[in-house]
Amino acid sequence: MIEAVGPIKRKFAPWDDPTLKPFIRFENVTKRFGDFTAVDNLTLDIYEREFFALLGPSGCGKTTLMRMLAGFEQPTEGRILLDGKDLSGIPPYKRPVNMMFQSYALFPHMTVEGNIAFGLKQEGMDTSNINTRVAEMLELVKLEKFAKRKPHQLSGGQRQRVALARSLAKRPKVLLLDEPLGALDKKLREETQFELMDIQMELGMTFLIVTHDQEEAMTVSDRIAVMNHGVIAQIGTASQIYEQPASRYVADFVGDINLIDGTVSAVEGGVATLHCAGVDATIVAEAGPGEVAVGAEAGFAIRPEKVQISLEAPPAGTPNVLSGEVWDIGYLGDISVYRVRLAGGSIVKATVANLTRIVERPITWEDKVYLTWPADAGVILLK
Amino acid sequence: MNKTTSWFNVTSLVFGFAFLYVPILILVVYSFNASKLVTVWGGFSTRWYAELLHDQAIIDAAWVTMGVGILSASFATVLGTMAALVLDRYSKFHGRALFSGMVYAPLVMPEVITGLSLLLLFVAVGFDRGFWSVVIAHTTLTMCFVAVVVQSRLVTLDRSLEEAALDLGCPPVKTFFLITLPLILPGVVAGWMLAFTLSLDDLVIASFTTGPGATTLPIKIYSMVRLGVTPEINAISTILISVIAVGVIVASVLSHRSQVEKEKAERAVFLAG
Repeated sequence: MIEAVGPIKRKFAPWDDPTLKPFIRFENVTKRFGDFTAVDNLTLDIYEREFFALLGPSGCGKTTLMRMLAGFEQPTEGRILLDGKDLSGIPPYKRPVNMMFQSYALFPHMTVEGNIAFGLKQEGMDTSNINTRVAEMLELVKLEKFAKRKPHQLSGGQRQRVALARSLAKRPKVLLLDEPLGALDKKLREETQFELMDIQMELGMTFLIVTHDQEEAMTVSDRIAVMNHGVIAQIGTASQIYEQPASRYVADFVGDINLIDGTVSAVEGGVATLHCAGVDATIVAEAGPGEVAVGAEAGFAIRPEKVQISLEAPPAGTPNVLSGEVWDIGYLGDISVYRVRLAGGSIVKATVANLTRIVERPITWEDKVYLTWPADAGVILLK
Repeated sequence: MNKTTSWFNVTSLVFGFAFLYVPILILVVYSFNASKLVTVWGGFSTRWYAELLHDQAIIDAAWVTMGVGILSASFATVLGTMAALVLDRYSKFHGRALFSGMVYAPLVMPEVITGLSLLLLFVAVGFDRGFWSVVIAHTTLTMCFVAVVVQSRLVTLDRSLEEAALDLGCPPVKTFFLITLPLILPGVVAGWMLAFTLSLDDLVIASFTTGPGATTLPIKIYSMVRLGVTPEINAISTILISVIAVGVIVASVLSHRSQVEKEKAERAVFLAG
């Protein structure tokens, strides 16, 4: 069993320390396949012991980036440094990096033990040490009873564990995880996410995970790079990405978002006023990154859970009020989603936590409602 | 599917099989004929098989055939597997279409032309015709069949298995022997069997490229038949047919069984949840 060592991580933020050198560095890396640019002049620093996630839709270049680090693809331009050493020209079998494959890629003609021992045998480790390490790994992933089985005699979750144990057995400096939990069902996936975090903390390795699942990225990682079309749209902790999205793309890709379009009519001290002709309202909010200037086309972005919904009109003079009619209600158990149709026809979502067990909700279909939010709940992002 | 037997289907089945197997069946039956006259049934006997054992020329021919078959099938398996790997792995090299066309061309090339061109080659380079020239010729003939069989196996192989081996520190050549070869082995063995049986029954190319002292069984049979069909020929042909049938059956069972096993294992895991 792995002991939880939670508190160690609480103050973990090496990226904020300018004296620390990055452990992995992608330096102006470009990868082209014929006419297609998979990774476009990308620079990225990852620190030792970090659990780093590359998040993005399929085809955004995240897998290519990982495969370049593993050595299966060569950068067209730029270079990759690991612990200060340039990796170009080093073949995959000589890199101190191991990968857990999306398909698990377990050797079907070897037992679970054989699979885990494979990398150690290549290292030339002697048999007794191999046996000790294999036993350790089996214990780590709780598969002691399955050592003699072949991969096809295991369930999907067990295979996933064997793949993890095999990629960890050599104690690589960096573990690469390519959509490691994609094939598992939701419950098992959530459990495994926490196990991965525990294992990473226990072994003190640097983990790089590629995923298209934003919940997975937010759960396991210290920092996330959101990728789009071969470039990084934003790097930050889960809460930075969620609460301070750098662009509409990030706001839209990570989590649920309401976007209300308008024209900037005033900017003062980082606070912008947005005139939204479409919904006949004026919104005052923090200006996001980029040149939010008077006259710019922009949008107000706010997460549904930060929108408060009420049947009663707020006192006159309250800023940031939208009114509309309840169009749809979605009951999800823990929360309810209200889709409110504004005057101009656009829809704003508001979620409300269901804190009590009452069956009748005060707000129902076709009610006239008012939507309000705290002054710092949303952000104005350029188009 | 229509389950009631129609007369038309039964008739076509009977005629189809009769067309294919009645000649062979007659040959097999007459190989057990006690009479020396080929067309007259004189009772059951295995005397012709016993007599074969005393015919040194036929025994020599059988040894030559076995030697040629085993060697040429082995060479063809190595070359054919390499060709299949290139075709499967390096999808975008220059001249790939030409290469794959040229690998498969011998499949449809008339044997007379293959035989003639090989003969010309051996004469041109001054290679002594005999046992080894037949081995080389049969390697040429059967290599493409091995390539086809092995390539069909490679297509179903997950590339990430090899990448995983590389990733775990295994150099490429070792990866081939530790991972790739064991996984495509059924295809490679099936390819070898196919090459072996093709070599056993080849007459045309062997007769073009053979020389003194290297008479294969088909050449021997053909030359004996020109002097009249004897029950002995029926017996040796029956043996040849049996060997080839066993080879083909083993080859197809090998390539089929691994597929079935895989499906069975997957089903078992699925049911176990």
